[in-house]
Amino acid sequence: MRREPPQTLGDYAPLLFPAAMLTIFFVVPFGTMIAVSFFQRQQGGFYTPAFVFDNYARFLSAFFGGVLGFSLLLAITVAICCVVLALPFTYMLTRMGRKVQVVWLVALLSILSLSEVIIGFAWSTLFSRTAGITNILVALGIMSEAKALTPSFGAVLTGMVYQAFPYTVLVLFPALVRLDPTLTEAARTLGASPLKAFFTVVVPALRNTITATLIMVFIFALGSYLLPQLLGRPQHWTLSVLITDQAIYQSNMPFAAAMAVFLVLVTLGLVALTVIAGRKGEAA
Amino acid sequence: MITTSIKRRTLLGAGLAGASMLAMPSVLRAQDKSLKVGVYGGYFKTSFDKNIFPEFTKATGIAVESIAEPTGEAWLVQLEQAARAGQAPADVSMMSQVAMLKGQSTELWTPIDMAKIKNASNLLDRFVNKYPDGRVAGIGAVSWYITLVTNTDVYKEAPTSWAAFWDPANADKLGLLALVSNSFLLEVTAKTFFGGTNALDTEEGILKVFEKLAEVKPNVRLWYRDEAQFEQSLKSGEIPMGQYYHDVTGLAAADGNPVRSTFPKEGGIQDSGCWALSRASQKSEEAHIFIDYMCQPSIQATLSRKVGTSPTVKREVTDLTDKEFAAVSSDIEPIVPRYDLYQSKSDWLNQKWTELIVG
Repeated sequence: MRREPPQTLGDYAPLLFPAAMLTIFFVVPFGTMIAVSFFQRQQGGFYTPAFVFDNYARFLSAFFGGVLGFSLLLAITVAICCVVLALPFTYMLTRMGRKVQVVWLVALLSILSLSEVIIGFAWSTLFSRTAGITNILVALGIMSEAKALTPSFGAVLTGMVYQAFPYTVLVLFPALVRLDPTLTEAARTLGASPLKAFFTVVVPALRNTITATLIMVFIFALGSYLLPQLLGRPQHWTLSVLITDQAIYQSNMPFAAAMAVFLVLVTLGLVALTVIAGRKGEAA
Repeated sequence: MITTSIKRRTLLGAGLAGASMLAMPSVLRAQDKSLKVGVYGGYFKTSFDKNIFPEFTKATGIAVESIAEPTGEAWLVQLEQAARAGQAPADVSMMSQVAMLKGQSTELWTPIDMAKIKNASNLLDRFVNKYPDGRVAGIGAVSWYITLVTNTDVYKEAPTSWAAFWDPANADKLGLLALVSNSFLLEVTAKTFFGGTNALDTEEGILKVFEKLAEVKPNVRLWYRDEAQFEQSLKSGEIPMGQYYHDVTGLAAADGNPVRSTFPKEGGIQDSGCWALSRASQKSEEAHIFIDYMCQPSIQATLSRKVGTSPTVKREVTDLTDKEFAAVSSDIEPIVPRYDLYQSKSDWLNQKWTELIVG
């Protein structure tokens, strides 16, 4: 079937509904947020409409720079961990029988139905001294006494990777299923080991998918604010935690909005850089 | 167009009213007059729903719809945003002192007509919240203490002073509130080490207190925003010491959990909630009846017995026994938070505080 380009205004009609939804539920709130980020904060009160840069100026400090840097680093680490774990896993999953695949995918989807709160509390129990996994290690004689593994960076990372892992698999799955098996067969016939075939054939063939997945998990992880609070120390709090503090507990909407706008801009910038770098790599 | 819609709505309303009159006459009477009351969600709301609101409806014929409000200032932000749009998610809300002051700055609270509050003479002065020009913004609903809590399995002896937080032996054992404006740890530090909260009068003084408070950091395992997070860890002994609410800790101990609440020799932190009326509310009259009802000594005594809060009326007008009073309060002079600071220096304090605990 050949696709005709839209001829009349009427052909654009199916687009109207999603466009309206996007405008109402995304563009307008985002615009409001940008506007509020320039408003004047009334200390001990709320805010008044104005056009000031105070909120951005307050953000430009070593302290908030550090928090922003940590948030980005955490999100990048989560993205890399997820892809490194999910890529071989999904690859092997696509080679399995249909029934096994269905069982795994249903199990992964059920993780998605868990809320962040449940995931956070579950991991904090698993990592606790009184009821955590170290008690099993003690019972097995591997450790001498139970100890708490939370709060720590490792706990935050584990929780966030656990939460983002199903998404990663679900994004990689279609691309890996469509991957032509004859590619690896050819590599194997030419004498490559399975491992070598995976790294020299499968991974390069999926380069774009992998980049897209990294970006998706990165953005997903950047918004996390509950798990760092539940599983981390204050130095592991992300910028999202501080935004929430300002918006909800300090009623400082302008500053919260300014931080959020800044976070969005930095994110978009990083994504753009990745895409540009990817294009250049392709052209070369 | 407008008239027809009104007609249709009236018709619908009449139909509904008629149906409910047939079904249950008492419901109709209650629906005539109603009031939406915001109280802290969870344990507080459950207690009010069970012990207070049904009696109020019986006595006055005003039905109460209780709304679970989040602690902290989240509810203030919601009320303010809603009031700007002319909406009142709750007519009367229980608000913290810091939230009362912030709401005052935008005239969020409808001034209370004291002539309609017959029981006002029972109140302790510090529980009447006033605008700078003397109008009454809110009336004390309940007061409560934040005290030094410990797990009895881990600490056989109760600590006697807030200074226990600074003891190197308690490394990585404390759970403290995460925000400057609800933990009141500056006041605690000032009272414990600098002779009183007057040490916080100047910025230099505050910085000194911050410096002392920073020494607590290595002992803190958890800075909590969510009470459930700490309560659970305290009960299990995972985090065996910290600051927490005296009332809830007492109830947990009564349920057989190995926890205790101690009034340190420097005093517990006394905080309180006010009943305040949103300016967007149309139910001023019902609200005044409600607030007046809540100021009765007998109701305050019921709150102490059932909810575990400390009365906002003079002790001698209640019929609380010494033992009952001791369960919810203490004769040790309390640490009263410097609410004025969270109004005049809120951003500066918040910035210093965040740098202290995150940095």
